[in-house]
Amino acid sequence: MADDTFEGDPHEARGLDREHPEQVSGVRLAGVLYEPGPRPSTRRRRKRTPVTYLFRAIVLAYLFFLVAWPVFLVAKNTFADGFSELGDLLSDPDSVEAIRLTIEVALIAVVINTVFGLGMAILLVRYDFPGKRLLSALIDVPLSVSPIVVGLALVLVYGSRDGWLGSWLHDNGVDIIFHTPGIILATVFVALPLVIREVVPVLEEIGVEQEQAAKSLGANAWQTFRRITLPSIKWAVVYGVVLSLARSLGEFGAVKVVSGNILGQTRTATLMVEEKYLNFDKGGAYATAFLMVMVAVSAIVVVSLIRPKETRK
Amino acid sequence: MTLAVATPGRAGRARRLARPGRLTGVSGLGLGVALLWFSLLVLIPLAAVVATAVEGGWSGFWNAVTNEQTAAAIRLTVGQAFLVTAVNIVMGTLIAWVLVRDQFFGKRALEVLIDLPFALPTIVAGLVLLSLYGADSPVGVNIANQPNAVTVAFLFVTLPFVVRTVQPVLEELDPEVEEAAASLGANRFTTFRRIVLPSLIPAIAAGAALSFARAVSEYGSLVLLSGNLPFKTEVTSVRVLSSIENDNVESAAAVATVLLVISLSVIVILDLVQRRMSRRG
Repeated sequence: MADDTFEGDPHEARGLDREHPEQVSGVRLAGVLYEPGPRPSTRRRRKRTPVTYLFRAIVLAYLFFLVAWPVFLVAKNTFADGFSELGDLLSDPDSVEAIRLTIEVALIAVVINTVFGLGMAILLVRYDFPGKRLLSALIDVPLSVSPIVVGLALVLVYGSRDGWLGSWLHDNGVDIIFHTPGIILATVFVALPLVIREVVPVLEEIGVEQEQAAKSLGANAWQTFRRITLPSIKWAVVYGVVLSLARSLGEFGAVKVVSGNILGQTRTATLMVEEKYLNFDKGGAYATAFLMVMVAVSAIVVVSLIRPKETRK
Repeated sequence: MTLAVATPGRAGRARRLARPGRLTGVSGLGLGVALLWFSLLVLIPLAAVVATAVEGGWSGFWNAVTNEQTAAAIRLTVGQAFLVTAVNIVMGTLIAWVLVRDQFFGKRALEVLIDLPFALPTIVAGLVLLSLYGADSPVGVNIANQPNAVTVAFLFVTLPFVVRTVQPVLEELDPEVEEAAASLGANRFTTFRRIVLPSLIPAIAAGAALSFARAVSEYGSLVLLSGNLPFKTEVTSVRVLSSIENDNVESAAAVATVLLVISLSVIVILDLVQRRMSRRG
């Protein structure tokens, strides 16, 4: 996927944008939220009135005080002593281990969620089965469940001591909670719907004619998917993957409950931010936070760059 | 809640019947695997929370939820979530309006700012806010450990929701209808209230529901900012966590169930709103 991310006809991906807005915003309203990046503006230039400037000023002030200034201060605090805080962070083996674990967990979670998300999206759009509406609604549940509740739920089932399945797994030598698999489960849980939410509207949009044509010409299911379906949904998949990656790298609450925060074993980067701050290592906390801000900004910028520009019919 | 408990059993039956596409052997198997994974990861664990909550009977559940400290946390969380949702309805719509209808240098940067709270790890969001509104504030505003901290943290993490639901709808509104209204003598406010607002309401409602759900379940951004003081700044998620840490799983599950019921109600409301919208579309 990574190789052909930037090539290909940008027109292909336009399907998901605003050609059938009532469908995108109506049927998949929740999905719209998870598409960061600049949206095309209306092409008509309006007459400006004092009210326009008043609105602009209010919005700019609100965003400045709520987001821009605080984020800028984190960067400023990080570089208050030049690069020494970042240098200290990256030369501390515990910190490096925490960052490595975070990346490893996030990559595994993204792979799982991409495979599951693609499969689920195709099943939800291309097939009909009883309970489909219910399933489609339940898929969204992980987005609105408190991360602490996610952690609690996983502990109740997979806890080694008296979890529903965990005690049996423990007897068979598999420990999940307070070990890396628990962190992966929690991360997969919280990022679960993101790929599905991106892919479903596009699959609905492209229709089945091309796939049926391919089938009638003798392509098998895998060939149809590989040659016809995947190229049309690849941008949606890329958005989904980038969003999942950002979400997975940054999960905090659920991971806190299931990880036990064991230094060098189950301590992730987000847990490290909390710990450093509470241990009066504010510089280290700011440096780690700065790295994560950079990851978040890059994710948004990547998504907005590969999101095709709107051109009007 | 019964939905979540009942669904794993549907997995087997779900393989038959197909209209848009027939479930062949491979896709049927795929559905089975996907449902098994979804059940193991999401449905069974959430069912476990509810089962644990009702294990001690109704009175146990009720006592856990009405415990003075817990009740205070729930009141604070829900009250602040309503307040923040109300602010978001106004500010989110206004921001969407400016992003769609206004043109100025640096507008693309604003788009990044809107998405940032969604992409930032919550603990980092807390630290970010602390750098301006904490003890080291360069402007001398210190709201750390104050109830206001909860409001600010909620405002930060829920920023994108209303904006991103309203924006696409606003983009699709035909300016000619507004021009027609204006040419018939409606002033800007009347045009907005009678022409624009009615088409935006479903989107605003959906965004509001999402931002309410997000605020109610928020945890990470509050850890460093609010100090988690009982009766003052302690929110429901923190209450659940401290029960877990005290090994009081029943009480944690009871409060978690309240949170789950709130999230599920929001999903149901969203679904109803979406149905209404797709009927109209």
